[in-house]
Amino acid sequence: MRTSIGIPLVAAAVMVSSLLASPGQAGELTRGEMLSASCSGCHGTDGKSPGAIPDISGKSADYIRTSLEDFRSGQRDSTVMGRHAKGYTDEEIRLIAEYFERQK
Amino acid sequence: MTHLTRRNFVRMMAAAGAASSVLGWPIVSLAGKAEGRVVVVGGGFGGASCAKYLSKLAPGLDVTLVERDSRYITCPFSNAVLAGLYDLDYITHGYDALQQSHGVKVVHDSATGIDPEAKTVSLAGGSTLQYDRLVVSPGIDIQWGAIEGYDQAASERIPHAWIAGSQTMILRKQLEEMPDGGVVIIAAPRNPFRCPPGPYERASLIAHYLKQAKPRSKILIYDAKGKFSKQPLFEQGWQALYPGMVEWISESDGGAIEGVDAGNMTVQPTFGDPQKADVINLIPPQKAGAIAHTAGLTGDGAWCPVNQRTFESTVHKDIHVIGDAAIANPMPKSGFAASSQGKVCAMSIAASLSGQEMPDPSYVNTCYSLIGPDYGISVAAVYRMGESGIVAVEGAGGVSPKDASEAFRRTEARYSVGWYQSITSDIWA
Ligand SMILES: Cc1cc2nc3c(=O)[nH]c(=O)nc-3n(C[C@H](O)[C@H](O)[C@H](O)COP(=O)(O)OP(=O)(O)OC[C@H]3O[C@@H](n4cnc5c(N)ncnc54)[C@H](O)[C@@H]3O)c2cc1C
Ligand code: HEC
Repeated sequence: MRTSIGIPLVAAAVMVSSLLASPGQAGELTRGEMLSASCSGCHGTDGKSPGAIPDISGKSADYIRTSLEDFRSGQRDSTVMGRHAKGYTDEEIRLIAEYFERQK
Repeated sequence: MTHLTRRNFVRMMAAAGAASSVLGWPIVSLAGKAEGRVVVVGGGFGGASCAKYLSKLAPGLDVTLVERDSRYITCPFSNAVLAGLYDLDYITHGYDALQQSHGVKVVHDSATGIDPEAKTVSLAGGSTLQYDRLVVSPGIDIQWGAIEGYDQAASERIPHAWIAGSQTMILRKQLEEMPDGGVVIIAAPRNPFRCPPGPYERASLIAHYLKQAKPRSKILIYDAKGKFSKQPLFEQGWQALYPGMVEWISESDGGAIEGVDAGNMTVQPTFGDPQKADVINLIPPQKAGAIAHTAGLTGDGAWCPVNQRTFESTVHKDIHVIGDAAIANPMPKSGFAASSQGKVCAMSIAASLSGQEMPDPSYVNTCYSLIGPDYGISVAAVYRMGESGIVAVEGAGGVSPKDASEAFRRTEARYSVGWYQSITSDIWA
């Protein structure tokens, strides 16, 4: 078995390095996607909102991150976002913001 | 390489991906390679979310959704239909988009049995579906017989309206036909039950209707509990919008109902006199949908025990249970929670069928309630997996502020409609 997996391992490593996936590309299951799924119930699939709740798809990661931080600290008023933003760490907010920036 | 199965190869690729990241290369994408047959039973908030997100996360999977009805009528906003604010069409959704835009095979049939050894689901129409992973999201069934005198026949006269559709319309018609000055009784059950704030939102929106159409009428809420969801906010709202119209009777004051008489239109509390009413809405005790019991997924109880990280049943391997039917407390039995669980479950299945590690789950819920068309309140929570199960993130979530302005309540009412549009499009569009 040891020898028989040697070759595919190398082959896989070559494929790996040639794919060079950016986060979330082609089906990699990422933390960013898991965390962002918590937002789509209100903001729509991938942040594309059909109704009164703001659309956040494709907004800049900076804007989304700053908004969440300000909702969380109370610097920015909200009806419900403050209560949600408090559920995420800085690192998680960064991953979420990057996810929605990519949804054009 | 001869005895290397495809599955093992995928696993190895994953290992290679992990190894390469150690060497400083990025982790490879693999879920495109996810293969297998996933069958989802139940196309409501939990099941339809899970099916859609399975095909979104892992387009290679063969996903089949089994749903009894050709269209789905949501309980969310059915209280607004009772009040005449929306019609039934507004809360009715179809399965075309899941089928045509998301590649989910939709089979309109009833699942009648599950064989966890053979990994098959049998359908009332006679066919059998083979699965690698099964997701069960059948919602609730009424515990007929838990309240004396309450059976299916009685529910035509005394609707529960806790599964939306014809029951909703029976109750609506009775409200339209009752006299001004009449009495409406809403009987709320003990925990746990579907939609903890639901009975109180219903009382509010019926009050909204009666205030305009039959202002001398009264609503009595008989409750089998001593307190209820968002209670201070509801009581404040009733005081502001419907003074004197809504009366809540706690369990300790004789609020628990043990029997009904559909002929005489009375309810019998556990103590005290029977009470007559013009309209009775009995919300009876509930249990997981029938197929969960048939398949043994409930164990000894009324609801299904699951691994709260993956929603895999603790009774049967490779079968996941989500939504109202599952034991997922502290998450409430809500559509939002069912949908969130459907997504987490989809992640866990996509990961397992592609040899990837599942990202740590994150779950969420918000229950909006309308006290009037321009008066909304909410309760929210964000959840993570703790040592022994789901826990709410401390410091996050909570209810709308008690001292909010009229403008704040109006904004939340508007966002409540926005939420409905977003979540229904996230699931069925
Ligand atoms: C009055 C009221 C108001 C509510 N308001 C809200 C709200 O504002 N927000 C909120 O988040 N939640 C709300 N809810 C709760 C919400 O409706 C439920 O929590 C949600 O529907 C649960 O989703 P589920 O997938 O578990 O079950 P369901 O949505 O009930 O879906 C189950 C599906 O499975 C199908 N099915 C069952 N058995 C079989 C079988 N054997 N074969 C094939 N198909 C089968 C059924 O036909 C159904 O379509 C409300 C509930 C009520 C009663
Ligand atoms: C319960 C519904 C709900 C959930 C869940 C939710 N949001 Fe929001 N979001 C809103 C509402 C409503 C607003 C408007 C501000 C307010 O009143 O709270 C908003 C505003 C925002 C804004 C500001 C948009 C703008 O145009 O300035 C951003 C960014 C945002 N949300 C991101 C998120 C992210 C990211 C998540 C998931 C972690 C999330 N939201 C989860 C309801 C929600």
